[in-house]
Amino acid sequence: MSQPQFDRAIDRSHMQVADEIAIQISNMNKWYGQFHVLRDINLTVNRGERIVIAGPSGSGKSTMIRCINRLEEHQAGQIIVDGVELTSDLKNIDKVRSEVGMVFQHFNLFPHLTILENCTLAPIWVRKVPRKEAEETAMHFLEKVKIPEQALKYPGQLSGGQQQRVAIARSLCMKPRIMLFDEPTSALDPEMIKEVLDTMIELAEEGMTMLCVTHEMGFAQAVANRVIFMDQGQIVEQNNPHDFFNNPQSERTKLFLSQILGH
Amino acid sequence: MAEIAPFVRHEMLPAEPAPASEAGVLHWLRANLFSSPLNVVLTFAGVFIVYWLVSHSAPWLMHSVWAADSLGECRAIIAERWGPDATGACWAVIRDRWHQYLFGFYPWEHIWRPITVFALLFVAIAPVLFSSVPRKLLWFTLAYPLLALWLLWGGTIWPEVMIAAGFGIGALGFMLGARFGSLGAISLGTLAAALFWVVPAAPLEHALAAMLPIGLPEVSSDQFGGFLLAVTVGVGAIALSLPMGVLLALGRRSDMFLIRALCIGFIEFIRGVPLITLLFVASLLLNYFLPPGTNFDIILRVEILVTFFAAAYIAEVVRGALSALPRGQYEAADALGLDYWKAQRLIILPQALKISIPGIVSTFIGMFKDTTLVVFVGLFDPLKGISDFVRADFAWKGIYWEPYIFVGCIFFLFNFSMSRYAMYLEQKLKRDHR
Repeated sequence: MSQPQFDRAIDRSHMQVADEIAIQISNMNKWYGQFHVLRDINLTVNRGERIVIAGPSGSGKSTMIRCINRLEEHQAGQIIVDGVELTSDLKNIDKVRSEVGMVFQHFNLFPHLTILENCTLAPIWVRKVPRKEAEETAMHFLEKVKIPEQALKYPGQLSGGQQQRVAIARSLCMKPRIMLFDEPTSALDPEMIKEVLDTMIELAEEGMTMLCVTHEMGFAQAVANRVIFMDQGQIVEQNNPHDFFNNPQSERTKLFLSQILGH
Repeated sequence: MAEIAPFVRHEMLPAEPAPASEAGVLHWLRANLFSSPLNVVLTFAGVFIVYWLVSHSAPWLMHSVWAADSLGECRAIIAERWGPDATGACWAVIRDRWHQYLFGFYPWEHIWRPITVFALLFVAIAPVLFSSVPRKLLWFTLAYPLLALWLLWGGTIWPEVMIAAGFGIGALGFMLGARFGSLGAISLGTLAAALFWVVPAAPLEHALAAMLPIGLPEVSSDQFGGFLLAVTVGVGAIALSLPMGVLLALGRRSDMFLIRALCIGFIEFIRGVPLITLLFVASLLLNYFLPPGTNFDIILRVEILVTFFAAAYIAEVVRGALSALPRGQYEAADALGLDYWKAQRLIILPQALKISIPGIVSTFIGMFKDTTLVVFVGLFDPLKGISDFVRADFAWKGIYWEPYIFVGCIFFLFNFSMSRYAMYLEQKLKRDHR
């Protein structure tokens, strides 16, 4: 597996992990029909943590982070995000969702709206921000992801990497306190992976709490302060990236790492 | 092993224009008409069919008579001008009876009323159809149905004012309910409007009518006919069936069992029953279910059932488009914290409706043509109702093709415009250009 090289030193001065708890998942279980997808998940995420979740496909990593903003419903256990417990209460769900940004594998931009409209829609309709102010914020974040000149185009006119950066900017416009990334680079050409990872690194440097499902182990080594390995719906191992990659404990982790880092 | 000759390109090739043989009339003829023996045969067969059609219909059309008082007179003129065996079209019937085809039996001294309503229709739909028209005109669009109702049927203006007031009170309720979320807004708005219409509207209307009898002479529904009837029923059903169809489609995909079951039941029942059956229900059965003495206008009843009929079809067209949208669109809307109604309104429906434009317009066109079926409940549709009436006159007994062609042309004009507008809209909403 190729390791993207990041051409600059990563500024870790803001990457402080606070004592404050951002997400608490305890004894969480989920079934699809009879299939037990997530088994007894326990995870505490502090504010400012950058967590990379790795594992073979079908291991439940995407399902787990999708439970955090209730795109998937869990059947047992507890998920508390920013002090709000996720139950079937729609008010709480909307509250959590507006505080938690999510970036998807397939970008999921709204193709009938311009890039700028994609970014201003949620602030205007959910946060009730005045249009002008929302547009200023949107332009600010589009500049941050380095595509302000595309603001008036439609998503179909942009490359995959640009679309994914817009998706990140769209989430940031809601000023989220937590960002979830669900395989953000898996649908991209190798040439475009780096531009998206660079954007994510910048976000990490500013101290954003991030949970990231990814196969980019270089990113994990550079940015994460914790790597979680999942298999068969369970958390198998978690450690700091250095020890995770150099000294994995479980056999399953060793096998996985040898497969993805082997060549 | 073969030797590999190393190769490096230093200059990239520029694009060049296609060779001349790929363009021109001859190329087009060869490619489209004579590309293979089968194509040659089909080309000649096609030319022959066109020749046969034209050679049979052209003389009839060229021998047209416009000025005559009866079919017999037409025939005499044709025989006199083009010989005893000649056939010809007798358009004199249209010249004599066009007003009945257009307006039915609407009193002639009030004919300005349907004409005004028809002219204003274009003003009312302009802001809906074209985004370049000033948005303020949408207020007129909202008021138009009531204005049309009053102009067409006449009577005092107060019933329409009461309906408008109900909507106003409903809107007030909606705004008050908005602080309890989308659902609260909708329920409070509906409740306020319904309460107004049920309790104080009728006595208030009588009082106002007694004090200020502003109004026009009444025209009853049985005086409507021809295209006035078809357009009244058609436009009304188009305007009402689209929102109803969208709601049914959303309902059919709802997670709530009761709502889903009701929507499926409604759609499958209405689609499974012929429109004529529904029209009979409208004209005969509905009276049994209504309290005795209620006078429920026949056009209104037909309107309601034609709307139901079109809405059931539109619901399925829209449902198809909703299923075609990638799940990621729903998830992205959810993840941004948009609630159900906002997600539907801002993200899902704009895309789904765009996909379903061809299907929706087909449904509209089919439904507009189906308005001629009102002949079965005793209304005078332009195609058969009015034509039978015209033929019942001794002067036009036996006339056959001309009225149908005339009516067909007008229907075509309406439907072709709808189709062209749909194409324009699809082009305008296209977003996948690179």
